[in-house]
Amino acid sequence: MKQFLSGNEAVARGLFEAGVSIGSAYPGTPSTEIFENLGQYESIYHEWAPNEKVAVEVAYGASIAGVRAVAAMKHVGLNVSADPLFTAAYNGVEGGFVIISADDPGMHSSQNEQDNRHYARAAKVPMFEPADSQDSLDMIREAFEISEKFDIPVLFRMTTRVCHARSLVEEGEPVTVEPRPYKRNAKKHIATPANAIIHRKELEQKLTDLAHYSEHCKFNKMDLKGDKVGVVTAGGASLIAREVFPPDASFLTLGFTHPLPLGLIRDFAEKVEKLYVVEELDGFMEEQIRAAGIDCVGKEVVPRMYELNPTILKEALTGQVPELKDVKAEAVPRPPVLCPGCPHRGFFHTLSRRKKTIVAGDIGCYALGGSPPLSAMDTTICMGAGLTVAMGMAKAFEKTGADWTIFGVVGDSTFFHSGITGAIEILYNKGKVIPVVLDNSTTAMTGQQDNPGTGYNLEGEIAAVISIEAVFKAIGYRKVITVDPQDLDAMKAAIEEAAASQEPCAMVVRRQCVLIKRMPLEPALCYVDRDLCTSCRICLRVGCPAIFFVDGKSMIDPSQCVGCTVCLQVCPFEAIKKSE
Amino acid sequence: MSKNEVKTILLAGVGGQGTILVSRILTQALIDAGYDVKMSEIHGMAQRGGSVSTTVRYGEKVDSPLIGKGAADVLVAFEEMEAVRWSDWLKPEGVIVVNDYRIPPLPVASGAADYPDHCIGELESAFRTIAFDAGDQAVKLGNARVMNVMLLGAMAEAFGMDEFDWDSALERHVPARFLEINRQAFETGRKLARQSS
Repeated sequence: MKQFLSGNEAVARGLFEAGVSIGSAYPGTPSTEIFENLGQYESIYHEWAPNEKVAVEVAYGASIAGVRAVAAMKHVGLNVSADPLFTAAYNGVEGGFVIISADDPGMHSSQNEQDNRHYARAAKVPMFEPADSQDSLDMIREAFEISEKFDIPVLFRMTTRVCHARSLVEEGEPVTVEPRPYKRNAKKHIATPANAIIHRKELEQKLTDLAHYSEHCKFNKMDLKGDKVGVVTAGGASLIAREVFPPDASFLTLGFTHPLPLGLIRDFAEKVEKLYVVEELDGFMEEQIRAAGIDCVGKEVVPRMYELNPTILKEALTGQVPELKDVKAEAVPRPPVLCPGCPHRGFFHTLSRRKKTIVAGDIGCYALGGSPPLSAMDTTICMGAGLTVAMGMAKAFEKTGADWTIFGVVGDSTFFHSGITGAIEILYNKGKVIPVVLDNSTTAMTGQQDNPGTGYNLEGEIAAVISIEAVFKAIGYRKVITVDPQDLDAMKAAIEEAAASQEPCAMVVRRQCVLIKRMPLEPALCYVDRDLCTSCRICLRVGCPAIFFVDGKSMIDPSQCVGCTVCLQVCPFEAIKKSE
Repeated sequence: MSKNEVKTILLAGVGGQGTILVSRILTQALIDAGYDVKMSEIHGMAQRGGSVSTTVRYGEKVDSPLIGKGAADVLVAFEEMEAVRWSDWLKPEGVIVVNDYRIPPLPVASGAADYPDHCIGELESAFRTIAFDAGDQAVKLGNARVMNVMLLGAMAEAFGMDEFDWDSALERHVPARFLEINRQAFETGRKLARQSS
């Protein structure tokens, strides 16, 4: 019987069927559910690594040891792990080794929409691009075969709508893969220049062999209908193109897109009068097709930005816009917000009231501290940059003489991911920056994954708790202030103490995320005494979605309030009370 | 309908409103009836009280899991303003089932913007619209949380989806102790949709 699976679930199933032994990943939307679904397959050891570079290296180590291994991450994670990828391509594999990159066209939950297909070319590795859940299962199995056959890591490139769309899937039988006996092979696995010079040439031969494979790959399919219009397409975009082009259009749908099957594309182009290349984001295929001297229509009509859908593609190709009915009402934006009871609220509210303060932020729920009404953040770039961008600003202000108190802010998972090096940088190079870890004891934005600070691992075992305070102290921070952000007086005092400190000082702002399922919630709620409310609106500055202004006074929605009391503490008229 | 046609149902609401259970029951009924089905939802930032949407498409063979503007046959909105926000995704002859209920977004709660007036009236003047306070009706049945299944029932009626085995789909996805009240909610939704058309 067919199963109705998301692409991520289908990949997890495919990893099981492919006989994978070891998996390492760092959570990131839209890739997270791949590893969350591996728990049902006992044959696979799976873990959350501190970051993507660690994940790729752990998986690669397992491959060198002789078993099939996988690493998974969102697109920006591949930037973090690009270093081992490029050299693993030179050295090759023992057990099959696949790296899954989940790109996010349209930036549904990402800071950019980089097109990671370019990594396949840059790192010189083969690449699969599934279009739906069945592809995801079938191609991940093939990816391991290819990896072992051609002795090379394989990039498996998914996108949000492949990861998170559900479709019907025929599951297969798992294969039994015998581990390769381990034998030291220094010439292969030690990347010294002398070895690398040899690997470089071997890699070029592997790419030539892979180009031949691409011409005959069962996932590169020609579907000839009419001879007027032909469409070369790949991945999720192929499904959209199928829907938009007329029924007599011929298709060359590619699932294996690096190296491209240029011979097959040339044959196909010769069979049609007009060739279109339809791909999401950059003209990755189109540029190579044009460079091969094949004329085509591509990015001059198909948008190179944002996610494609049938309406957008149809308008791009034909100029036809859909007929829409006009509803004479304007929807107000509904931005994501910090949850009621979110521990980050107390910290950002306190900093939002502080003068001459810079907050360099980072990636996670706490990036929402930059949105109105809190508006308490100056920068958000990438994982780990909260501490290091703060450092650069501090050094610049030393030169310019500008007077700012600078806080570099990362979350707990981000601290373990790439914040520790920033904490070292600040101390070593004498930066006037206060490093702050907002420790909510989970990786919250991606849906509550454990991390090295939580005491559990992905296999569900009790694990060592890495103490953030101990790490700061070991680095050399003389003063480490730990504070509960829900106590606003203590939060303010801690910030002023840190700002005034003459010795290196770090802060750990600690309270657990209200969404952690292990945590019991306090049943007591806050409410507004409408007789005492003076309509001053100060409680609205904390940006809590449970607080509304109704008929000129504040009101707290009891179905949303969790009784955190941050609003109660900011009310100057004691109009907000907590039920017993 | 002919199985050659692909139909699209768009579910829209606010994070935490229970659109996921509804999409599970809906896709189960469609799969059981022998259709090819694709469903696409957005995770991530949407969990934090943002606007959420799920696209469900079915037919003999479905290619794209997602649609663009002007392409949905039915919009089931769990909140008034979300119905307005997603109404551009409907075909001109599309149908709206909307929960007559408001969840003010932060810009409204904080006084920075006003919640649009007369959403339901404006929707009704543009589209065939079925509107009722599903939360209120669900409380009358004894459990506020079954409002989502009530909206599903209304959609099944409004879109003429009689040939599906809804009861079996409910049984598969609702815990046994809540099955009866969900059945009642589904039937109430059907009845309310019949009354308003």
